[in-house]
Amino acid sequence: MESLNVYASRLVTKREYFAPGHRACQGCAEALAVRLVAKALGQNVVVASATGCMEIVSTPFPFTNWRVPWIHVAFENAAAVATGAEGAYRALVRKGALPEKGTVFLGMGGDGATSDIGLQALSGAFERGHRFIYVCYDNEAYMNTGVQRSSGTPFGASTTTSPAGKMKAGQVTWKKNMPEIAAAHGIPYVATACSSYPFDLMKKVEKAAKAGGPAYIHILSVCPTGWGLPSEKAVWIGRLAVETGVFPLYEVEKGRYRITVDVPALRPVGDYLKPQGRFRHLTPEIIETIQKRVNEEWEKLRAKTAL
Amino acid sequence: MPKRIGIENSIAAADAVAMANVDVVAAYPITPQTHIVEHLAELVADGELDAEFIPVESEHSAMSVCCGSSAMGARTFTCTSAQGLALMNEIVFIAASLRLPIVMILANRSLSGPLSIWNDHTDVMSVRDCGWIQVFADNGQELFDHVLYAFRVAEDPAVSMPVMINIDGFIVTHVIEAIEYWEKEQVARYLPAFKPVNALNPDAPITMGAFGIPNIFSETKKAQDEALLASKPVIMKAWDELAKVTGRSYKPVETYKLEGAETAFLTMGSFGETASIAVDRLRSQGKAVGQIRLRLWRPFPFDELREAVKGVKKLVVIDRAISYGGPGGPVASEIRAALYQETHQPAIANFLAGFAGRDVTPEDFITMYEKTEELAAAGAPIRQEDYLFYGVRE
Repeated sequence: MESLNVYASRLVTKREYFAPGHRACQGCAEALAVRLVAKALGQNVVVASATGCMEIVSTPFPFTNWRVPWIHVAFENAAAVATGAEGAYRALVRKGALPEKGTVFLGMGGDGATSDIGLQALSGAFERGHRFIYVCYDNEAYMNTGVQRSSGTPFGASTTTSPAGKMKAGQVTWKKNMPEIAAAHGIPYVATACSSYPFDLMKKVEKAAKAGGPAYIHILSVCPTGWGLPSEKAVWIGRLAVETGVFPLYEVEKGRYRITVDVPALRPVGDYLKPQGRFRHLTPEIIETIQKRVNEEWEKLRAKTAL
Repeated sequence: MPKRIGIENSIAAADAVAMANVDVVAAYPITPQTHIVEHLAELVADGELDAEFIPVESEHSAMSVCCGSSAMGARTFTCTSAQGLALMNEIVFIAASLRLPIVMILANRSLSGPLSIWNDHTDVMSVRDCGWIQVFADNGQELFDHVLYAFRVAEDPAVSMPVMINIDGFIVTHVIEAIEYWEKEQVARYLPAFKPVNALNPDAPITMGAFGIPNIFSETKKAQDEALLASKPVIMKAWDELAKVTGRSYKPVETYKLEGAETAFLTMGSFGETASIAVDRLRSQGKAVGQIRLRLWRPFPFDELREAVKGVKKLVVIDRAISYGGPGGPVASEIRAALYQETHQPAIANFLAGFAGRDVTPEDFITMYEKTEELAAAGAPIRQEDYLFYGVRE
């Protein structure tokens, strides 16, 4: 039964904890993901956010889109701030200064804040075993500063610091596998998600909140501005990322792998790459290289789910 | 009666943190602050202190954890030195602007390079402008007292600001002294429970750390400066109350044998105790010498300093840090700035001494005194940029 998810949109609260009126770009699927995560967690949460798009669009003083307690300290330390808050909560509850009401602690950041500059703080927080969730909103580059490459940028993508030129076809390295890095810490729950699959996403956030230890959710967050897409195509391209196997949706629960949105037959990666401006320069040969890699990674993942 | 215990100052400081019933301690190992956090970890492991001891993976995370913890309304402590402070530098500034009443002991050590684990003040001077309340303790007893003092000042709703206690690494941290421990009753009388001005609470959500666009940024900086300046009455009252509770009195600027002194040493930190010995010796030779110790570094005690130097003709300011290519030592620079508009201006000789733990003995202070007299007798004004490295082999 556990692998059977019932998606009923009417069961989802209409209340918004990440309020409308933020300043994200049109079609920002990251803002959508933030909204869904906040919806899944409800009121009883404390959020620590890294510097980045979601921080900038939601909290220009004196405004805020957050209807839950929220703190931003710096770029690379959201995991440390979240676990400091969690540690404080444990101590204060134990000492009778706060009631135990199962407050959830959430750290959040973009791909740069997570897989580059904040990786050390995140790894430390995982290793220490805090009861907290860390969500990476992965839009595959430093979008807030103007689309510079990160270690989350996929192979072949043209960014402002991995531009497609006469000698180089954009990003020359493969995307860092953050979910696997998180899973290697042996934490109780790791999942990938995408805001194009909202129920799958929210279900995972709910599971993460009940994990009893560190939980990590890596959300592919389509960025029409940075990816070179019409804003109305964000949800559509997110689905293609999953249907082509470029970004599989799976979870690792206490070490057990499970694909949560199965794709019986992968669509060719070209379906996903070609509509995007950042991949416009790719030759059929490079697309073939990417196809090969995606197939390999997909097989590796399937092998893990079979264990 | 409070007991006097022969104990290593670091252990005593940790005991003081425990007596404050701290909720969260986050720390990363760095010499020479290690004994303080080691002892706190021990107290937690033995169940003698009910706190979360969070052994982070870096000082950057130590201060970040402290921010998250303090923002939840937990009494929060950390401790570091030199490179650790440099690594957490970014968050040290943010903690102040978020008005989080974190208490940190900075076991002063030289900033690399070259790498050195020994004591001077190059670390604290690197965060001079971070917006924290910064005090100096000169010995183990002062350190113990100032731990409880720091929590009281930091957490006062009128202040709500982090406090840094500076203590000379090794020279004070690793020394065994006779420390008068406070009784529980004294702590209860002196240090109220922490009631945060703002806290992260799902029942009453707030946003902390919003970003400031240019048309609000200057206002926030002015507000922060005003808040730091406005902490002074609380700082003073907390020392007054400390005197009532313990019988030991502290002031922002302290003096020794300054009555009738023509020349005075001016120091921060443990140098003060050595300088006192030099003052005694020079006084016994009939020299009109006294001493000024700066205890409060931020907010800077301008009035008290001006008052202290009123009758003094020559000031021997000894710095344990340097502003390369600038005015020499940061303390002397501050003193000069404080006295620039005054009608009475003592001549100031600025010595840079005791870098990276190099011993500065009473004899050295006497030599610096003699050199100052010599310079003054020569008649030429001692200019700001004429600082002197003391005891350096050429």
